[in-house]
Order: sequence, then C-alpha cells, then structure tokens
Amino acid sequence: MRKQYWNEPEMGLWERLYLPEVIRGLCITGGVFFGNMFKWMTFRKGALTAYYPEERRADYSPVNRGRHILTQRPNGKVQCVSCNMCATVCPAYCIEIESGVDFDDPAHPKSPVRFELDYSRCIFCGFCVEACPEDAIRMSPETPDLPGFDRENMWARQDLLMNWCPTRDTLKSYEEPPAHDQEGH
Amino acid sequence: MTQDLIVYLLFMSYAIAFMVGLATIFTWVERKQSAIMADRIGANRAYIRIPYTQVKLTCMGLFHGLADGAKMLLKENFTPTTYDSFCYNLAPWLAATPVLLVFAVVPFGGVLMPGHLFDAGLLRDYFGDRAYAMQVANLDAGVLIMLSISGVGILGIMLAGWSSNNKFSMLGSARAASQMISYEVVMGLALISLVVTFGTLDIGQMVRLQSGQMFGFLPAWGIFKQPLAFILFLTAAIAENKRVPFDLPECESELVSGYFTEYTAMKMGLFMLSEFITIVVASALLVTLFLGGCNLPYLNDAGFLFPGGSRIALPHLAVVLLQLFTFLVKVFVAGCFMVQIRWTLPRFRYDQLLNFGWKILMPLAAVNLVLTALMRWFTLRMI
Repeated sequence: MRKQYWNEPEMGLWERLYLPEVIRGLCITGGVFFGNMFKWMTFRKGALTAYYPEERRADYSPVNRGRHILTQRPNGKVQCVSCNMCATVCPAYCIEIESGVDFDDPAHPKSPVRFELDYSRCIFCGFCVEACPEDAIRMSPETPDLPGFDRENMWARQDLLMNWCPTRDTLKSYEEPPAHDQEGH
Repeated sequence: MTQDLIVYLLFMSYAIAFMVGLATIFTWVERKQSAIMADRIGANRAYIRIPYTQVKLTCMGLFHGLADGAKMLLKENFTPTTYDSFCYNLAPWLAATPVLLVFAVVPFGGVLMPGHLFDAGLLRDYFGDRAYAMQVANLDAGVLIMLSISGVGILGIMLAGWSSNNKFSMLGSARAASQMISYEVVMGLALISLVVTFGTLDIGQMVRLQSGQMFGFLPAWGIFKQPLAFILFLTAAIAENKRVPFDLPECESELVSGYFTEYTAMKMGLFMLSEFITIVVASALLVTLFLGGCNLPYLNDAGFLFPGGSRIALPHLAVVLLQLFTFLVKVFVAGCFMVQIRWTLPRFRYDQLLNFGWKILMPLAAVNLVLTALMRWFTLRMI
C-alpha cells in the first residue's frame, strides 16, 4: 500500500453544514471591515498601505540603497573623474557620463560635464558604488522622487545628484588637510 | 389619461435612474468594501480637477465608476475575425435588457397620490384623488413575470459564448447555462413557498401584506415568515448573478473571463453594467419579497403608529419620501451584504456547484414548500 503523505481533510458535521461556516467567515470579514471602518470614521488610518508619493514609509533600513549622491571635493567641485567604471558595471545601463576637461585644475583635469542617471531603469543594486575608485558615487537611504508621468522626468541630472560636500557634513566635522595634500599629491 | 402617462413616465425614469445610479455606486462599494476588509485603502486616484486651480476632487474614489465608463466608451471596439456578427452584437443587449425589465414589477414605494402631495395648487386641481402604486408595471402575476423575464437573461449569455468562436467563451456560457437553469429551479421553489404563505402572486400585494406586525413586536416581513426560503432565495440570487462563490461562468483563473472574453469596449462594459444592475435588482427583489419592501415598522400611510397608541401624523409628501428612502437604504444594505459574501467565500468547484444546487438546495426548497403548504392548509382549515 502506498504511503499517504497528506492529511485527510477533517470536517465534522458542523463544517459540513456549510451555513454556520459561512456565517463564521462573514463574521470574520465583517469584523475586520467594521474595525477598519471605525478607524476611518474616527480620522485614523484603517489600512496598512503607505499612500506612496504623498506618504513615505518611515521604516526603511539605515543602510537602504536609495537615491544616489555624487560627492564633492571641499571646494565644491565634483569628485568624479569620469572613468566610466560605474557606467560599465551598471547592469541596467542607466548611467550616462559625458567627460570634460579642465586644465586649470592640473590635479584632476578630467571631470564629467554631464552625469545623468535614469531612475526609470535603475535597479538600486549598488554596483556603481562598489565600482567607483574615487568614492565619488554613494547611495543615501532615502528613496528618490520616483513617481512621474513621463520617462523624461525620471532622469536625475548632475545638479540633483551633487548634494554631499565634506565641508557641509553635519555628522563629521571637516578638517582642512595639509597644504600639499590639497594640490592632490 | 395624460395624468397616468406623466406619472408612469416619472416612475420609469426613477426606476432607470435607481438601477443605473445604484449600479455605478456598487462598483465603488465593491472596490472600497473589499479594500477596507483587506486592510487596504482602495481605488482613490481618479479625480476631477476644479478648472483653473490645483484642487483635485477625489470624493473617496467615487469617480472611478465614471472613469471606467469613459475608458470603456473610448476603447477600441475590437471584434474577432470569425464570428457570427449579428449574434455577437445582439448578445450584450439581450443580456442587459431582461435585467432592466425585471425591475418593472418591483414596487419601490407605497401609494402615491400626486394631488395630495401639497395642500393646494396646480397638482391638486390636475390630479384630483388619483392614487398610483409606486411600481412601473402593476401586474397581478408579478412573481411569474419576474421569474420568466430573468430566465430570458441566459439567452444573451449563451449567444455571447456561442458567437464569440472561442473555447473559453463557449465553456463559460455552457457553465452559465447549466448553473442558471439549476438555480432558477431553486429560486422558483423558494418563491412558490412564499406565494403559498402570502396567498398572492402580486408583488405589490405581497409588500402590503408585509406592512403590519407579527406577534406584536416582529415586523411581518417575509424573512420572519419564511426564513429558509430567504436563505435559499439569497443563494439562488447570488448564483443567478454569477458572482463569487458561484462565478464559474467567468472565473478568471480558469476561463480568462468566460463568456465575454472576446468582447471589448462598451460591449464588455454592458456585460459588466448588467452584472452590477443585477446586484441592484437581486437585492431589490430580496428586499421586496423578504425584507418588507418600502415598509418601515410602525409606519403606515397616515404616519407612525406606535404600539403604545402614540402616533405621529405625517403629511403625504413626507410618507412618500420616507418610503422611497427606506427602499433605497434597504436595497443598498442588501447589496452591501452581497458584496460582503462575494469577498468572503471561496469559489465552488463546478461539480460541487451542481451538487449543491440539485442535491442540497433543491430538496430543501421542496421540503420547505411541502411544510409551508401543510401549514397553510391547517391554518385555512382552522379558519
């Protein structure tokens, strides 16, 4: 005889009658309905849903990979040297960099004139952060302002990304490095 | 004659507005009630913006019904290439019309005397003492008309399934046909025991018979006289309505969307609208036959008469409005109950469905009928 791996459904007469169980089910759903309804009617929220674009969940992890940050040098210049490593490693191909050159800054002549990130394609894997040799791109825990009505508005441009500068960091006070270090040696 | 015409035109427009308006509201109720039951918020994004401002009125998602209608009207009217064009186009109308017709025999209020609405004036001179039962068609065989017309509804569904030239549609309509036929038997038997109790086929008369009190405290509603018939009728009405737990003809997980798989745009919308109108009509029938129709306890045509002997006299206008409102609220609550059932119970398997109909509900209805007939016979003998 084959071994039986499942349990026979155990239904007593009460369950078989169906109607009492229907009433029990209606009591459960009705109880939840009226409980939530009472919350709504007393101006509280009777749902677990975060009402997304207007309302953000507060329970994101502190190490959540969210909106990208392009870091800045103490003088406010972007730290990125447009080596294109992030754009290369990006599995979603969502980073576009256009390089420019600045001969007035011999230590860091190469920098992006255009650094754009397509949030409609980004999968928040954090590979760009791992790949960056200059610590020029980071991810902040907050969610980017994603919702939009067209794809054109879901691009984050350089001016939106550049929002961390060591001199303005409130968590860690900035110490002026020695003079020779500022020239990049 | 002209007076009758005016009054009945008014009744007809009220009936149509009642059905279509409530059906639209029930699309909202269905969304919101299921959402609240499931700890969600529910559809609330459709808005109407006040022109020249940024104020967006959402009204708790009430505009989603309008948005649905607009969407269905504007969608591409796709038709499958190989189909019976005449039947294909006829089917949605055949499915929707009987549903609207059934409501003709349902009384949605008590007696209206247009001449007595206001103390004096044009209405008084024009209508005199004419009295009208608030009902589109005042038929003395209302129950039979109701059963026969609601039986026609299956034709549209079968035509839809047959002419779509699609296996899913075909299966859906075959299921719908066998389901509706088996549950119509139950519905008919439950109604016959009610007819035996009241001793009349006239729905208006049934409502008037439900106006008093039983044993001094219970309202003399059909549900208290025929509790089993009420449950059977409710079950059969939900099955006729083809909604969960009896939504086999259109179950998404098995048949895409059943008999209207091949329908798009407003043709599909007509099927959906007729489904929601069916909720309204089914709850209207439930209210009329079992929950006292437009009767409020202790209310009669002259006003409230409480058991202690105290009375509150009401003018005719107030009584008419109160009766209309009572009926509306009762239908709304009954419909909400049906929505609650729809979001509570899981779907039957198909063999379970037919077994349930033929082997459990049918014998119960028959036993109920026999018991009712015996009771009736004994009470008549005693008198």
